[in-house]
Amino acid sequence: MYIYDQYDHQILSQRVAQFRQQTERHLAGDLAEEAFLPLRLQNGLYVQRLAPMLRVNVPYGMISSKQIRSIARLSRDYDKGYVHITTRQNIQFNWPDLADVPEILAELAKVEMHATQSSGNCIRNTTTDQFAGVAPDELLDPRPYCEIIRQWSTLHPEFAFLPRKFKIAVNAAHEDRAASQVHDIGLELHQNDKGDIGFRVRVGGGLGRTPLIGSVVREFLPELELLSYLDAVLRVYNQNGRRDNKYKARIKILVKAMGVDAFAEQVEAEWLQIKDGYTKLTSDEVGRAKEFFTSPAYETNDIDALNSELDTLRRQNTAFDKWLTRNVTGHKIEGYTCVTLSLKPTGVAPGDVTERQLETIADLADEFSFGEARTTHEQNVVLSDVAKNQLFALWEKAKAAGFATPNIGTLTDIICCPGGDFCSLANAKSLPIADKIQRRFSDMDFVYDLGDIDLNISGCMNACAHHHVGNIGILGVDKKGEEFYQVQLGGNSGSDTSLGKVLGPSFNAEDIPSVIEKILDIFIEKRIEGESFLHTYRRVGMAPFKEQVYAKDH
Amino acid sequence: MPKIIKDGAIVEDQWQIINLNDDPTTTDTGAKNILVPLAVWQAQREALITRDDVGVYITEQDDVEALKEDCVNLAVIGIEFHAFTDGRGFSAAYLLRERFGFKGELRALGTFIRDQLCYLSRCGFTAFALQDENLEEAKASLSDLQEYYQASANEPRPLFRRR
Repeated sequence: MYIYDQYDHQILSQRVAQFRQQTERHLAGDLAEEAFLPLRLQNGLYVQRLAPMLRVNVPYGMISSKQIRSIARLSRDYDKGYVHITTRQNIQFNWPDLADVPEILAELAKVEMHATQSSGNCIRNTTTDQFAGVAPDELLDPRPYCEIIRQWSTLHPEFAFLPRKFKIAVNAAHEDRAASQVHDIGLELHQNDKGDIGFRVRVGGGLGRTPLIGSVVREFLPELELLSYLDAVLRVYNQNGRRDNKYKARIKILVKAMGVDAFAEQVEAEWLQIKDGYTKLTSDEVGRAKEFFTSPAYETNDIDALNSELDTLRRQNTAFDKWLTRNVTGHKIEGYTCVTLSLKPTGVAPGDVTERQLETIADLADEFSFGEARTTHEQNVVLSDVAKNQLFALWEKAKAAGFATPNIGTLTDIICCPGGDFCSLANAKSLPIADKIQRRFSDMDFVYDLGDIDLNISGCMNACAHHHVGNIGILGVDKKGEEFYQVQLGGNSGSDTSLGKVLGPSFNAEDIPSVIEKILDIFIEKRIEGESFLHTYRRVGMAPFKEQVYAKDH
Repeated sequence: MPKIIKDGAIVEDQWQIINLNDDPTTTDTGAKNILVPLAVWQAQREALITRDDVGVYITEQDDVEALKEDCVNLAVIGIEFHAFTDGRGFSAAYLLRERFGFKGELRALGTFIRDQLCYLSRCGFTAFALQDENLEEAKASLSDLQEYYQASANEPRPLFRRR
């Protein structure tokens, strides 16, 4: 993990002091709400329906056990004892007092965490694959580049007042788990013909009101050119992005309006002016960043013995077998695995975790995964370095703590925003819909049999739960003060990203579980052996689903 | 005489702002030490360029490229903010300083706020005509942030080349 030096500490502590002073001026009436608003947003603080909400960055999802314990303590001391893991891998406090926030930020700074630019019209937390550094299908570890981007974007003086928020994701794996194609900038690490490392740069992806897949503006950007090129993209956007209508202010609208070729040309022209300046990265700097993301002290074991021992345990214990199938994934080192702790048991808001559970996660990370964990954009937690011979012990402990629901990647592993229960932007509640679906499909064998399905629920078209890229996406809409739900099918956020299409007229909340059931019935009827929901949908199209769902009852 | 923050100190403002009226060709530019809108500069350029007591100010709407050639001969350029959340002025300042080689006083005008002083100064602004602020208190905000990761107008080397 990245470790702060004196400079990082200085930069963060001056920021904390600045926000403390701004908050004091605001509370004393010397800084008007209108001026304070963007300042507090850029320090992570929203004012929500019921209380302020503080969004803390988890840079590219990496968090240490020490940091987790600090979050747990802060949620006890300043909040109601639980936090929420967001779809941007961040952690939200739901009920802090405004006056306490400077102190919370000061406490976070002690463990090298911050809320800088976690909201507002600026460059947000850079995200990546939750299996970064250990994924078997990875070209190389994206995290050093994420950290380099984090530093470049943090308090960037020129780009703090952009037309709209700006999100960057980095993918380095064959299967894109970072949803990089639906980001303002999606960077894909790859190698050119000469074997040099660089990035394929996509710009203008995004969800929200106008969902779009990013366009490639540069096929190969040499790694050392990363920051100057980002500066060029941001400068073109900062100068030309629309500011007259916040719904048309994202960079995707600019790229679309200019046309991707004209946009790319302008970025290229800007970049040529600056590419050989001081912002050009050095091999030393890339090397320095890489030194923080070295492999832990993996043990070498007899792989065959490990596997046969695991097979025996699987046969003896069906529940363990299911958990291994769904919640445990491959690792680049033989004998090790990645374990996803499910934060999606039925009856709990997806992504919510209590302070006691946080303590448990910290303990599990210490005992089983070299003291580190990752938050995922699916709102779960990953322990990324678990030895195979530790899996059974970990499973038993995870089960006792409520983290072992074997539903990762299934229908009930729902991605869901806080919705109308908490969020002041929402048009409709989303959490009760997730709950209804989880309760309807409580038969784990049935859920299992369905295989991989992404189900995403957003409470409004801002699409925090990325409903456009759910295989099944549900969007809350408001019609004359009443809440309705639109269903979309066929979205996907992987390497073959696609945006879902609307099934038809929207439904009442009560009808949603039956609608989902009908959709699944068609899937089961139409699927060919081994097909996932997405495969079947892509093969048979929307018609049979539409027919079934909207058929008149006889 | 109104006061501004300039080069880190509170000083009396020597410059008079000329407002844009309907016809920039007939805007009165007779006074000494004036800052004129870009449109006036463009309309009366031949006369104004011979004077050394004329500066130009632009707004977020204007294309800073319009001053690409002339800026090196100007003592003062102003960038006027109409909404402090509109960040175009930051890029305009960057371009004036880093691309067009402007060395004179770069002044922030309009509705920016003291909490932006650090970022503004990092982008190359050296003077700040703050509205409705106690300048003595506001000046402190210039030193809110003293270390940065990025390259900028007053520190060309990003932190990774210095650490």
